[in-house]
Amino acid sequence: MPDLIRGRIGGVAGQIGSIAVTLFGLLILTFVIGRVMPTDPVRAIVGEDATREVYETVYRQLGLDRPMWEQFFVYLKDVATLDFGTSIRTGQPVLNDILYVLPATIELATFAIIFGAGLGIPLGVMAAVHKDRWPDHLIRVFSLSGHSMPIFWTGMIALLVFYAQLGWVGGSGRMSQFYIGLVPEKTNFLLIDSVLAKEWDVFRSALNHIVLPASLLGYSSSAYITRMTRSFMLDQLGQEYVTTARVKGLSNRQTIWRHAFGNIRVQLVTIIALAYGALLEGAVLIETVFAWPGFGQYLTSNLLIGDMNAVMTCVLVVGVIFIALNILSDLLYRIFDPRTR
Amino acid sequence: MSMSHQTARSSTSATTARPRSQSVQTAINILTFLLKSPTSAFGIVVLALLILTAIFAPLIAGHDPYMQNLENTLSPPSAAHFFGTDELGRDIFARIVHGSRITLTIIFLVTITVGPIGLFVGTVAGYFGGKTDVVLMRVTDIFLSFPSLILSLAFVAALGPSLNNAIIAISLTAWPPIARLARAETMTFRGADYISAARLQGASPARIIWKSIVPMCLPSVLIRLTLNMATVILTAAGLGFLGLGAQPPMPEWGAMIATGRRYMIDSWWLVTFPGLAILCVSLAFNLLGDGLRDALDPKQMTKR
Amino acid sequence: MADPILDIQNLTLRYPNAPTPAVCGVSFTLGQERLGIVGESGSGKSTVGRAIMRLLPDATMQADRMSFAGVDLLNASEKQMLKLRGARMSMILQDPKYSLNPIQRCGDQVAEAYRTHVSTTKSDAKAKAIAMLEAVQIRDPERVYDLYPHEVSGGMGQRIMIAMMLLTDPELVIADEPTSALDVTVRLQVLSILDDLVKQRGIGLIMISHDLNLVRNFCDRVLIMYAGRIVETLDAKDLDHARHPYTRGLLAAQPRIGGPRRPLPVLDRDPSWLSEATL
Repeated sequence: MPDLIRGRIGGVAGQIGSIAVTLFGLLILTFVIGRVMPTDPVRAIVGEDATREVYETVYRQLGLDRPMWEQFFVYLKDVATLDFGTSIRTGQPVLNDILYVLPATIELATFAIIFGAGLGIPLGVMAAVHKDRWPDHLIRVFSLSGHSMPIFWTGMIALLVFYAQLGWVGGSGRMSQFYIGLVPEKTNFLLIDSVLAKEWDVFRSALNHIVLPASLLGYSSSAYITRMTRSFMLDQLGQEYVTTARVKGLSNRQTIWRHAFGNIRVQLVTIIALAYGALLEGAVLIETVFAWPGFGQYLTSNLLIGDMNAVMTCVLVVGVIFIALNILSDLLYRIFDPRTR
Repeated sequence: MSMSHQTARSSTSATTARPRSQSVQTAINILTFLLKSPTSAFGIVVLALLILTAIFAPLIAGHDPYMQNLENTLSPPSAAHFFGTDELGRDIFARIVHGSRITLTIIFLVTITVGPIGLFVGTVAGYFGGKTDVVLMRVTDIFLSFPSLILSLAFVAALGPSLNNAIIAISLTAWPPIARLARAETMTFRGADYISAARLQGASPARIIWKSIVPMCLPSVLIRLTLNMATVILTAAGLGFLGLGAQPPMPEWGAMIATGRRYMIDSWWLVTFPGLAILCVSLAFNLLGDGLRDALDPKQMTKR
Repeated sequence: MADPILDIQNLTLRYPNAPTPAVCGVSFTLGQERLGIVGESGSGKSTVGRAIMRLLPDATMQADRMSFAGVDLLNASEKQMLKLRGARMSMILQDPKYSLNPIQRCGDQVAEAYRTHVSTTKSDAKAKAIAMLEAVQIRDPERVYDLYPHEVSGGMGQRIMIAMMLLTDPELVIADEPTSALDVTVRLQVLSILDDLVKQRGIGLIMISHDLNLVRNFCDRVLIMYAGRIVETLDAKDLDHARHPYTRGLLAAQPRIGGPRRPLPVLDRDPSWLSEATL
């Protein structure tokens, strides 16, 4: 939030400048992390028993003999031309890999945020309306529990209970093994692809599989949404226009939803955009548990084998997504609030 | 303790002595406020239990956490093994009890790294202002623009997986909010009369920051650290789960879940108990943090 | 004065966790007249207004009698209150900057007051609202209808507020410091608009204020409140002949144009006023 406010004061130009600086800092950070790693990038390519000559050639090819600042400029140039190198594990350009896996994660995160907001906003409003009475306390414990659970563990327990024991939902992956390869990958959003191909069984299977990881992710992000909704709502409920609404003879419910809630919508949009970014974090862990072939799984599996090209690009992409969400939430603020128009 | 001693001695007037006795009183007020609310009282009790468990781990555990018994693997919870045994026949209860020491170590090390880094960056930025402030806060913002788990992952990947590296990585990602806070606090003290007095007496900026500003920022920084501790614990457990934190056979709770995962379908106790332990501790910190937030909210204080 | 619109006997109100009641043993009746309630901030005058509208659900209220046009306000259900509020009794709040919903168009907020109580079409409610905006002397009501609260001036905002609160022809209007947030220059204008409408429609008006001159000019009768109690009731024209030392103190503490230029006297507060029997 302070960023946004500062952005508004500095105007659009200042904002673009600050975004540029942050992006540049992001690049320095990923570059530095990439260079301090103890695993030898040359060895990772040429293997353990390559001759000294081969090693030297690759060493020079990678530009590791040149000074740091020169290497950094090469890195900048590569990033500017969207050349992020090749993944050692898949042998594909990293960018292609990421664009391939990202839709799975976006699908998951979008379902999760719908669930999280759908749960968190009403709970937050309820907590504010019943401040310091038992619904408030109950909601606080419920939402803090969601925030406190190690999501990889909850994921496993939930799989055990709802899939293995009760059989209510699908297990790991985006769909049953049986359907894999049945739907042509057009957008890589499985739910969209299956609708396009009119494969309703696949669509159902995909829904069955996304419900559990998405609701867990959503539950864990709802804590933040609940708390912010509650505090925004408390601010509004203390305002005079709420009294005006009640004086007009509106019921409690009408006052809360038609008047007070209307005034927090803009703030909520901002919060949800930021919560969406935070979801990506939980996605890394939950994708591992649910064998969800998305961004998080791609990141962790490359992490474990030291595929630094892939890892650093992933980190960069997340950073860029975060910045983009910040800008987006700021934009939404300007669009939706009549006072800033 | 020794630091606040020095502060009291170095102060020429009652200016710093008064806040100190006041802060003791405030601490007592806050504690009584917290114990009145059932949720934060729960947090305090759980954390007290955690510390006691860690101190008396060998006495409580009853078994050696590393002792394998291949004739008694994957046995369900029983009177002999409260939480059952794992795939190598080790007692899970004993491992969880000893794991509390690892959790406390993480908490302790992260606190003593993040606190000073955040305090240093924040107080220096706040005290000097101007370009120093702009640069330092820019760096802070860049670190803040990553989700902390992803950044820790990247650091651990670069440093190599181990518990120590996990702690370093978490510390590297956890200091920015502290720095922000310390900066804001410093800005409010910067203009105070006793700071000007110290400057007029010829005290160096380093001395002023260390002796006059840092002690004033300390309480709020400590509270903020408590608030962040749940996240730290979850991140550490997540790193352990991904195999990037504590390595087997250490009884770290996240790593225990990772190994137990393979036996989950038939032996639920392998993952259930370490997970509950993580949940309890991080919930305790969250409830305590929530209570602290209420206790320190001026609107709430006047209401009582 | 036949049947009073409002009849309050011995009202006591206490906020949760408060050591002393905010309102203590207040009694008065109101007919088709303009009644002023005057006192310092914290004297409980606004609380009385809000208690009548039952806007303080957390506070505990006791009274021997508290009836509005035959309805027992003390025991009325919330459902009954919803039918009264906005329809038969309404309240004008202090500062239009805060009392209008910032993200809804002014006109829609006025129309909403009507639509809450009369089932009608949207366009009919809009027509009613525009007519009412015209009645509070807004020159270009169609244009003002579509403005947001931050786009109108304070005086205009308060006229919109008056329009909103009088649209349903209530029997009782409570005006809680209706002009203290306004520029001095528009105060009189807004007040005379309110005064005309109240007289035309035969509305019982309670004017809560700390401004003695305002009350003197726009009210028939005045209650003086101190520390939750009514210390004196006077006809407005007799205000200068007040007997209670507190009222006299209030009068003396007012600056007067052309008066002597010595420091204004400070209010003397006598604890014995709290134990005195009220009227």
